[in-house]
Amino acid sequence: MTSDTSIAVPAGSSARRRRSSAGPWRTALVTLRRDRVAMISLGIFLLVVLACLLAPVYEHSVAHTDAFTSNISGTTIVHGKPSPVLAPSSTGLGLGVTPIGPTWDLHHYFLGADGQGRDVMARLLFGGRNSLLIGGVSALIACGVATVLGVAAGYFGGVLDAVLSRLFDVVWAFPVYLLAISLSVVLLTSGLTVGPVHIEGDSLWLPILIIAVIYVPYVARPLRGQVLSLRGREFIQAGVGNGASDLRILRKDVLPNVMPTVLVFLPLMTALNMLTESALSFLSIGVQPPNASWGTIINDGLGLLYTRPMVTVAPGLMIAVTAVTLNLLGDGVRSALDPKARLRGAA
Amino acid sequence: MQPRRTSLALAGTALVVLAAAACSGGSTPKASGGSSPGASGSSGSSGGTSAPATYQTQHRGGTLHLVAKSAGGTLDPMVNYTLQYWQLYQATYDGLLAFTKRAGQASFTVVPDLAQSMPKVTDGGRTYTFTLRKGIRFSNGAPLTTDDVVASFKRIFTVSSPTAGTFYNGIVGAGACLKKPATCDLSQGVVGDRNAGTVTIHLTNPDPELPYKLAVPHASILPKSAPPKDAGTTPIPTTGPYKFASYDPNRALKLVRNPYFKQWSSDAQPEGYPDEIDETFGLTVESEVTAVENGQADWVFDPPPTDRLNEIGTKYAAQAHVNPLTAVWYLAMNTNLAPFDNLKARQAVNWAVDRNSVVRQYGGQNLAAPVCTMLPPGFPGHVDTCDYTKGGGSTWTAPDVAKARQLVQQSGTAGAKIGVVVTDDEVNKSIGEYVQSMLNSIGYRATLKPISGNIQFTYIQNTKNKVQISLTSWYQDYPAASDFLDVLLSCASFHPGSDSSINISGFCDRSVNAQMEQALRTERTSMSQANALWGKVDQAVMKQAPVAPLITPKLIDFTSKRVGNYQFSKQFYMLVSQLWVK
Repeated sequence: MTSDTSIAVPAGSSARRRRSSAGPWRTALVTLRRDRVAMISLGIFLLVVLACLLAPVYEHSVAHTDAFTSNISGTTIVHGKPSPVLAPSSTGLGLGVTPIGPTWDLHHYFLGADGQGRDVMARLLFGGRNSLLIGGVSALIACGVATVLGVAAGYFGGVLDAVLSRLFDVVWAFPVYLLAISLSVVLLTSGLTVGPVHIEGDSLWLPILIIAVIYVPYVARPLRGQVLSLRGREFIQAGVGNGASDLRILRKDVLPNVMPTVLVFLPLMTALNMLTESALSFLSIGVQPPNASWGTIINDGLGLLYTRPMVTVAPGLMIAVTAVTLNLLGDGVRSALDPKARLRGAA
Repeated sequence: MQPRRTSLALAGTALVVLAAAACSGGSTPKASGGSSPGASGSSGSSGGTSAPATYQTQHRGGTLHLVAKSAGGTLDPMVNYTLQYWQLYQATYDGLLAFTKRAGQASFTVVPDLAQSMPKVTDGGRTYTFTLRKGIRFSNGAPLTTDDVVASFKRIFTVSSPTAGTFYNGIVGAGACLKKPATCDLSQGVVGDRNAGTVTIHLTNPDPELPYKLAVPHASILPKSAPPKDAGTTPIPTTGPYKFASYDPNRALKLVRNPYFKQWSSDAQPEGYPDEIDETFGLTVESEVTAVENGQADWVFDPPPTDRLNEIGTKYAAQAHVNPLTAVWYLAMNTNLAPFDNLKARQAVNWAVDRNSVVRQYGGQNLAAPVCTMLPPGFPGHVDTCDYTKGGGSTWTAPDVAKARQLVQQSGTAGAKIGVVVTDDEVNKSIGEYVQSMLNSIGYRATLKPISGNIQFTYIQNTKNKVQISLTSWYQDYPAASDFLDVLLSCASFHPGSDSSINISGFCDRSVNAQMEQALRTERTSMSQANALWGKVDQAVMKQAPVAPLITPKLIDFTSKRVGNYQFSKQFYMLVSQLWVK
């Protein structure tokens, strides 16, 4: 995303003119609504979110299970008959134990059990809550912090810009996953303490903060470039010339112009952060057991790949579907907020 | 030792303990596996017979292909402490004594190897005199002499062998060698007489377990020209039927026949069957299993993945060999840190843990069995007894979670935060998750801390890391009860602040320790009486519950269709050189 995709409108200069037209936001919303791919993606995404939010209902009222407690020696009902959740092999040398596979019965291990005898469907829904929560909140934090730092660096320039830009460069110089893994490994055992605040090693806030921090430069650098470009534009100069304060110019002229960029970043970053969370959890350094995320469930299923592939396939599919829908939605938002894209579409 | 990949750091502590074994007095030690282990209940065992077999020349030849996920580190037999290479050392290096290379219980018996006969023991058990066999040559053609033996014992200290401070610290002069390895002088401790062909070992105190310690690879006899440092990937000349021809830890190692080898004892060092043995590294375990199934490899070193077990046990049952191990997997609870500084909290864990669940996590009842004591079933000193089973009994049947919850409440530790430290491999992590769930169910707030297997074993030993409870395992070094109880739970093996504090629980009970010392003293006169005492020590330990024994595992050897003459030594596992590929 560069400044080319922004709406370079002197937002604070003509309130009267804005009233007489539909306005850029409303126009963008209308355009977005007309984008069928984006709308379908949004619909699917909201369905996934809704299903995940209903995880406790599924756990307690439908499956009658506990998604976070091992049930290795437990039994369930399959076709009306009791069956062990983890069945020891009874043929040949009797080696190995296989968790129950998908029963396709919502009340009894719909997608089967994992190696701990836990309901995969229930964990999938709870895992989705965590994956989406971490992806969404870390995207919000990353975009929020990046907006503040990027705008400040671009608008004020000078020493502040130099310091912040070098800071972005330093963080950016590390391979993203390497940095995330390093931070996670260090913080997992002892947690994070900042002043009076202590975050436990198994808290969801840890992956949220780690992922948010590593992706700040990803958003902040293009925003800084955009603000640098905006700073030389006539409507900003006019504001400066009229004696407007920096805060007023930032609030009335700069922020409204960078917000579309941030809005485009948001769904894309959510998808990206969710993928990063899944990768970290897959490596056992993200969400910690017995808590679940889609990444941890894939990790849980690795040892069952030959016998119970559903434990790995189901969260993998959910990650893929969610990431694709968020990316398509992000594309739709970008098209809706980019006037040039609209012009190209009109032509 | 620890299972397949051993932490070199464990040695330091482990055997301060054994130093204690070498207390005074005593008469002639039992030179052959005097531990008289009981039957090992190896119903699923396929380790072959223990009868000495005559060499079958029609099966001589061919190349045996082994596969392993990764190399086992240095090739130096005095430094390496992994079962992966200790298995190969059985066909390459020799000590003065050796464990019998036969299947079954006989493999616990120590026999003369490079020595003509068992040592003459004098001076109240402080002096061992060996007479070397004549006519033995190293694989480089050099004859074996007493100088090589003397130099080899000195080298144990100069290369800082992992067990130098534990197995061999009773040799006169060892103390100074341990402090300053570079200037090690064992001239008073190991004396060679070239003309008489004898080597005499002087000990500071009697050590009835010395024959065992001389039969492990760290006491291999190497040429005196062997480098005074870890030889790394450079092979050192051997005396056994094979020598290392090449070694690239990233790719493969290769053994070929030692042209100078002539069988001198089929018990100590039998002639091998394959002409060549190679071990290829770098495959995933899944690929290794597939390679053996397809006949592209003959044996998988690594434990098969859990999701392939059923396939191996059904479609390839004839190629799978399951054998019980003298090992124990257990939870070590830090007796010096809350909440497990409270006896009731420790007992609660013992009551609550469902050992059958752990058995299932490990691969099912044909791959592991629940245990209640630290001494594995069939091991010297083991007595069937179980203080923590629902309804009582001598063997474990079921957990009593209600009783555990009650004990937690009584202990006043309910709600305590507990970190469960495990290694991050599939099986350990899975068991760790179960333990976390179990702790939560009895009133604690547990978190799982999976860390790399490369560091976990030393991490949980160091008190600075404040580990409250950890999942670990112990595999015998040699068949003596002291190798479990004295090594793992005596006061002498607890070293606060050290990575080498093998008494992970930090358990130091004066009464239990006194019992251990008595058992060690009794070993000098009667191993059977000593074993009876060790059985009582085991029970006394479990009353204090510094550990929660979980399971004793079994080992699967998965071999290719063409492999024959599979034999399983309880001491060093599958006898690689005895396999037929022709």
